[in-house]
Amino acid sequence: MAATDPRRAVEAVWRIESARIVAGLARIVRDVGLAEELAQDALVIALERWPVDGVPDQPGAWLMATAKHRAIDALRRSGTYQRKLEEIGRATPEAEEPDLAGALDDYVGDDVLRLIFTTCHPVLSTESRVALTLRLLGGLTTGEIARAYLVPEATVGQRISRAKRTLAEKRVPFELPPPAEAGERLASVLEAVYLIFNEGYAATAGTDWLRPALCEEALRLGRILAALAPREPEVHGLVALMELQASRTPARTDPRGNPILLQDQDRGRWDRLLIRRGLAALAHAEGTFGPYVLQAEIAACHARARSNEQTDWERIAALYAVLAHVSPSPVVELNRAVAVGHAYGAAHGLEIVDGLVLPHYPLLPAVRADLLARLGRDAEARAEFERAARMSGNARTRDLFQARADALSADR
Amino acid sequence: MRYLTLLKSAQPPTPPPPGLMDAIAKLGAEAAASGALLDTAGLAPSSAGARVGLYGGRLSVTDGPFAEAKETISYALYQVRTREEAVEWASRFMKLHRDMWEGWEGEVEVLKVFGPEDFPPPA
Repeated sequence: MAATDPRRAVEAVWRIESARIVAGLARIVRDVGLAEELAQDALVIALERWPVDGVPDQPGAWLMATAKHRAIDALRRSGTYQRKLEEIGRATPEAEEPDLAGALDDYVGDDVLRLIFTTCHPVLSTESRVALTLRLLGGLTTGEIARAYLVPEATVGQRISRAKRTLAEKRVPFELPPPAEAGERLASVLEAVYLIFNEGYAATAGTDWLRPALCEEALRLGRILAALAPREPEVHGLVALMELQASRTPARTDPRGNPILLQDQDRGRWDRLLIRRGLAALAHAEGTFGPYVLQAEIAACHARARSNEQTDWERIAALYAVLAHVSPSPVVELNRAVAVGHAYGAAHGLEIVDGLVLPHYPLLPAVRADLLARLGRDAEARAEFERAARMSGNARTRDLFQARADALSADR
Repeated sequence: MRYLTLLKSAQPPTPPPPGLMDAIAKLGAEAAASGALLDTAGLAPSSAGARVGLYGGRLSVTDGPFAEAKETISYALYQVRTREEAVEWASRFMKLHRDMWEGWEGEVEVLKVFGPEDFPPPA
């Protein structure tokens, strides 16, 4: 321990334990905002004491015990101690000092699951859900979340305090959703986690490593969720999808940060460990057809192909057809068009694309351009690539489309 | 960021106590459930392995056991945010040995795996 900076040691333990501590406290005080404040108090005490007294032998248990005492003090002060005890069914008439501390000891993973369902509650905006989840489940500071999302720290602070206020005002119970709501509530959780992942995944090697690190945060949340809710195939589907997509990260950009398309990636740089984990996660969801499972199945087709030419496009096209049925959207149709174009010929793909309306979506003209180019209709393809470049908000993507347009010009 | 941990120990004076393996499995499950542990496995004694060397331009293959006093017992691969977090998991692992296996001595090497954070894009 001597070699480790106590402050950083506190932060490491905090990162490992904070979700469980906040969740355990929330079960007692029935208020996520208050639970977080109490847990933060314990962190502050640790930051004061550990550098002086040394890091305790069981730092996680120390933090929990300290937070627990703060919770009991807070409840006593607010006069709700007895009522809370009755609520959790621990109060016994003959007991002088009821065992509230004991109630905190029998931690169950369900507390963390309750916490996830609460921070991802549909009464919260997606922005608030994401910020609150990263803060309470990921143990990230407001500053770290702000850096990852490229927004001012005050903005994230406001999102988090607004979220806590909304949960309190709407009297959202710290409970697992009732069976009738389970599907919708789980979808809300999965959406928030995948939003976090995509925020990081869309950032192509930003100057701040925290941004791509959002992928790691989302993966971690997904893995926690899979351990807590192992019977939900869509949870495994989402984990599989994220593991498989993350496996391509090392190959997705060149050393200057420019994007490399899937078809051009050096598959030797794909992360085999993440592919193995992704396929294993997918195996847990076998035989189910939820939207995340289907998307993971598609990602798995790419992961299994040793080269772009060996891709099983017929299977991908079929999976997109099922996905279009389960979760219809023009973007899914566009992806299906790409797969159909590879599996059955560009003309068939173009037929699908021509029926789509997706305003302001540069990938629509880009896909159309690619199909047209493959049909030898270069002039139309060039115009579509140029349109895609004009529509693109991302400089690197714009360059990519413009280069494709220019290449077509050079040929003629 | 990822860290590879390698558990190393000399031949222990006593066999592992009952319950240690269960405790290790429990800690491993906890680390996996918290999203940190990506992969882990025990390693057979080096007598079951071999060493391929290249010295002075000459390739040599030597059967185990290796001459070192310590054997590498197991490895684990963690996905964490800081080195301290990997050190914390390794410390928890070692505390199980301390509390359950009297007289056991050894060490965990905590090694950083190069990742994208080590190669910032050109400014």
